[in-house]
Amino acid sequence: MNSVWGIVAWIAGIIFVFPVIWMVLTSFKQEQDAASNPPTWAFTPTLDQYAQVFDRNITPFLLNSLMASIFSTLLVVVLATPAAYALSLRPVAKWTDALFFFISTKMMPAVAALLPVYLLVKQLGMLDNVWTMVILYTSMNLPLAVWMMRSFLLEVPREVLEAGEVDGASLITSIRKIILPIVSPGLAATALICFIFAWNEFFLAVNLTATNAGTAPIFLVGFISSEGLFLARLCAAATLVSLPVLIAGWVAQNKLVRGLSMGAVK
Amino acid sequence: MTDVITRAAEQTETPPPAPTKGGAKDRWVRRAPLLPALIFAIIVTQVPFLVTIYLSTLGWNALRPGQRHFVGIDNYVTVLTDSRLRAALANTVILTAGAVIFSMILGLALAVLLDRKFLGRSVVRTMLITPFLVMPIAAALLWKHAIYNPAYGLINGIFGGSTDWVSSYPKAAVIATLVWQWTPFMMLILLAGLQSQSEDILEAARVDGASGWRIFTSMTLPHLRQYLELGALLGSIYLVNTFDAVFTITQGGPGSQTTNLPYEIYLTTFRKFEYGEASAAGVIVVLLTIIVATFALRVISSLFRMEESR
Repeated sequence: MNSVWGIVAWIAGIIFVFPVIWMVLTSFKQEQDAASNPPTWAFTPTLDQYAQVFDRNITPFLLNSLMASIFSTLLVVVLATPAAYALSLRPVAKWTDALFFFISTKMMPAVAALLPVYLLVKQLGMLDNVWTMVILYTSMNLPLAVWMMRSFLLEVPREVLEAGEVDGASLITSIRKIILPIVSPGLAATALICFIFAWNEFFLAVNLTATNAGTAPIFLVGFISSEGLFLARLCAAATLVSLPVLIAGWVAQNKLVRGLSMGAVK
Repeated sequence: MTDVITRAAEQTETPPPAPTKGGAKDRWVRRAPLLPALIFAIIVTQVPFLVTIYLSTLGWNALRPGQRHFVGIDNYVTVLTDSRLRAALANTVILTAGAVIFSMILGLALAVLLDRKFLGRSVVRTMLITPFLVMPIAAALLWKHAIYNPAYGLINGIFGGSTDWVSSYPKAAVIATLVWQWTPFMMLILLAGLQSQSEDILEAARVDGASGWRIFTSMTLPHLRQYLELGALLGSIYLVNTFDAVFTITQGGPGSQTTNLPYEIYLTTFRKFEYGEASAAGVIVVLLTIIVATFALRVISSLFRMEESR
């Protein structure tokens, strides 16, 4: 019985992953094989499409994405970790209010803030600037990181912390010796999830960046409208820009659910 | 029973100590680590909304510079009497609800499958979460061109025919893409719920002769309720903002059949440059979100309190 359900699960898994496999397969085809009907299954793989994508100068877009994602993730971690500490281990008086304030900012649709953000950024002369995206991605991921880090900090056993205090350990020592070793896997998972969301973000990027600070999703879209349709090349570009997150997500898959549910589900 | 929500079982005996009534200095020492994040969030997320409210009272089209004047609630009247916004609202509800409901049903089925032991389970799980990891804009482009395309798309390529899926079934085309991406998310949350079920109680029910289906409907589903709620809630929060799929697959069309609120406001802002109207629409969206969010926060907060009290 179990093996029957196992086969059903395998079939479901293959169906779900198939569009991704098709994307990768198509990226190694020549254009005439990619746009054939019926679909071409047997072909001689080629790296031409990837070479074309790099010729179209994808590199600066990838670097912009990398900068926006990495710096916003660093800033998020730096802001969220102390905040989560003040909402868990040594809570402030109204910690539930603060916690719910953070999650409510996540519920506000970005579209309602787009115009004022756009005008403000334009006024400051910061349109099409990577650092603008760093700030905006930080605020986008902050609630998630605060909630997630809080759930990890609550796993630090209170007795151990108190024992440390009795022994006269300073705050710095107890952070370094007790808290960090316990939460560092959580910290890494939080950072990975923030990286994933920043890397994939499109709405703010398409409205606030152009040629200088354009991120990888912008490259994909610009690529379509300027070239007409070249399916194999599109698939090569799509595979390339998805790859960092695919790897990060596979690595972090055990922590993925916790991050996506803001620490509510372990 | 469950040890999955908010904190692990071993912490439940020691809830966070109630903040002691220390002096003012102690209160500020406690607050200090929170302040940078709080101030940052207030500045970046709240100030723009105040500006939006101000802008919504202006008659301002950026194509006619210099003609910026106070019009009071005119923009709200325009927006609320405009059938486009109401259509966009209806489309937002249909697209969000459709995507959440279908990904929930599929996610539940897949979670039940993955909850069993079988050969290669972790490989199957990795395959199943992969759609969620593909960049959303890449996924939308992939579905539009490689799957839905009438001439060489995969669907017509495999099953024959020459249906133009996107223009014939625009809503379904967008929803299917979203469901493909979001089913893994629902599956992961529900799988965590299934795995937190007590094996002993299930075993006892089996010994008592309960059928598999009966165990599922009368024990597993009630147990999963809070996870289903959480999945629906988080899924709605993320999906109500859907922009990438609409922008790429249908551009809101044909006509305005798939124009949802984010896309409509985007068009008003950056295609028509009606800044005043776009702001009024933005304020209305925020008000609607507050209504939904109040309800949502109540669900989260009840989950939360339940955990606190355990």
